[in-house]
Amino acid sequence: MTTWIDALSWACLVGGGFFCIVGAVGLLRMPDFYTRMHAASVIETLGAGLILLGLIVQAGLTLVAVKLLMVGVLIFFASPTATHALARAAMVRGLKPLLADDRSTASKP
Amino acid sequence: MMFAAAALALLATIALALVRAALGPTLFDRAQAANSVGTVAMLLLAVLGFLDGRPDFLDLALVYGLLNVIGTIAVLKYFRRGDLGDPGIDEEPAK
Repeated sequence: MTTWIDALSWACLVGGGFFCIVGAVGLLRMPDFYTRMHAASVIETLGAGLILLGLIVQAGLTLVAVKLLMVGVLIFFASPTATHALARAAMVRGLKPLLADDRSTASKP
Repeated sequence: MMFAAAALALLATIALALVRAALGPTLFDRAQAANSVGTVAMLLLAVLGFLDGRPDFLDLALVYGLLNVIGTIAVLKYFRRGDLGDPGIDEEPAK
């Protein structure tokens, strides 16, 4: 039984860590601000969700699991709010998204 | 062992996000990177609690998350408006 719990926990934690690193690499390599924001949301959905799920599996039915669930609920409500505020602030300040046309004309000599 | 692996992955994530915060051409890139670092630090606190066998760290993670959200929104409001006391109405006034 504990072997299965450990295996499930391993899978969730490794998957969560993988998606966190994928999101961070996207944050580093995407071409403009709005695409970077899209990459960073991977960290807050799949990465955070899988890591918290792995910890909850390990904690069992205790108060610790309830606290982990509260952390998850906080992330799931707060991070879309922060992302929305960021995008709106950037649009209000006049930061234009990089479009496909700009890219093709920019790459021409 | 599995908690150590997850903690290492989260530390790598923080390092990459810090590089973006240092490079980031615009202010909003830096704000986004700071927000990501905050979220990952919250997860790292939870994982470290399990790594040490001290789940009390989860309370710290909760407080850190709440402060992170408030901090991000306050910084954005300041840089959008230049004033924290602004009511924050986005529409242009009618001409």
